Amino acid sequence: MALDMATAQKTILDFLEGKAKSKTKFYFNDFCDLFPDEKSRDVKKVLTELVKGEKIVYWSSGSTTMYGLKGLGKHADGEE
Amino acid sequence: MAKHQTPMLDELTKGPWPSFVDDIKAEAARRAANKDGVEYQIPVDVCDDLLGILELAYKDKETHWKHGGIVGVFGYGGGVIGRYCDVPQQFPGVAHFHTVRLNQPGGKFYTTEYLRDIMKIWDMRGSGLTNMHGSTGDIVLLGTFTEQLEEIFYEMTHKLNTDLGGSGSNLRTPAECMGMSRCEYACYDTMALCYALTNEYQDELHRPAFPYKFKFKFDGCPNGCVAALARSDLSFVGTWKGAIKVDQKAVAAYVAGELKPNAGAHAGRDWGKFDIMKEVVNLCPTQCMSYDGKTLSINDKECYRCMHCINTMPVALKVGDEKGLCMLAGAKAPILDGAQMSSLLVPFLPVEEPFDEIKEVVENIWEWWMEEGKNRERLGETLKRLGFGKILEVTGITPDARHVQHPRENPYIFWSAEEVGGWDRDIKEYRKRHAR
Repeated sequence: MALDMATAQKTILDFLEGKAKSKTKFYFNDFCDLFPDEKSRDVKKVLTELVKGEKIVYWSSGSTTMYGLKGLGKHADGEE
Repeated sequence: MAKHQTPMLDELTKGPWPSFVDDIKAEAARRAANKDGVEYQIPVDVCDDLLGILELAYKDKETHWKHGGIVGVFGYGGGVIGRYCDVPQQFPGVAHFHTVRLNQPGGKFYTTEYLRDIMKIWDMRGSGLTNMHGSTGDIVLLGTFTEQLEEIFYEMTHKLNTDLGGSGSNLRTPAECMGMSRCEYACYDTMALCYALTNEYQDELHRPAFPYKFKFKFDGCPNGCVAALARSDLSFVGTWKGAIKVDQKAVAAYVAGELKPNAGAHAGRDWGKFDIMKEVVNLCPTQCMSYDGKTLSINDKECYRCMHCINTMPVALKVGDEKGLCMLAGAKAPILDGAQMSSLLVPFLPVEEPFDEIKEVVENIWEWWMEEGKNRERLGETLKRLGFGKILEVTGITPDARHVQHPRENPYIFWSAEEVGGWDRDIKEYRKRHAR
């Protein structure tokens, strides 16, 4: 089943906004759980589009990467 | 006069070995003198403040670096590792101290001009400190500010044709030995394969979607100069089928002392006359060699390619003619504990462009690991958790004896219903042949 890009983006943004009060960063697998019937590569394409559209951002510890809504969470001075 | 007093760090400079403290002090002095008239875009005293914050961490016995961050270049999820200090007023030069990873050129071949050009950019826009190379193989640039990242990225890509490397939950920058470009042992063109897979998997390298990091490494032969077997999730190691080629005349020349063993690599000391029995035959781990004073014989079926005999007598012994690679999966070398070697997955593959057979194995593994791998779980851990049989199943590789590490350790084999034609049976038919 092919993902509809606009619907999938909304699903992801709704999920992130719904959790925003308690959690601001999520693993890639958390998004795959939103689309249990889809290939993870297709979910990645949706997330990549959201990054390109500056809706979400990557957060990296150096060894692990997470995703979050742009502007949410605690930021160090200078973090964009 | 140093900006900060660093008595504890100074202790590290007193031993017999080179010290990173001396190196950072030298760079601090070079930046302060600025003989080349560099227009520094980050604080000139970044190196002084780096020493200062480290001294403070030693004093407080806790780090003053904050963990991770959102920094990066637009559209890339890797290549930059954010680092901020929690005492920026005290050490403004390292308020930001981000690491930039650059994808090293194949085989780490570069000109001095290329290195100077990198340093021109890095001296101006960063601390001037580097790590050549990181354990992944990248060129690692240590310490810059957020506002410099896009500038560095633009200049590296547009002026030096150099991309960022991998970090985070990405495919990490693939690394290879120099292979056929310099080495007679290479069983396949490591640089060609590494280059092809780096290009093929750019999306995986720059946009993270794996459960955790994933590393490819390419060794041209079992000598393993990039230690693929010990540290990469997918190791590609050159090997050969058939017999080691033996030149008996050259063997005799080694025995007679006309040729230096190990190509003269250990000739700096007098080890006495070369003793083929002591130095080669008796050291063979599978005892598959013999020498009767005239002829060196090898039972090639027993050879498991330790490379010792070939390394010792490279003129006399050559790897076999049918060359290719084997793929092994699941190695990791974490800092604390849990180190694990790769397990053999594909015993032999010829290496031919466009490398489709290899790509198929890679993609099948990723598809499975992306579905089944837990967050922060390396492929080797998923393998241990779900069993090696599972990776054979998802890659469609037929199990054979070479996949079994300890044949007598665990006699239980778990067959699936498909493999045995189902579990249901006709009990009446059975009872006709077997009384209750």
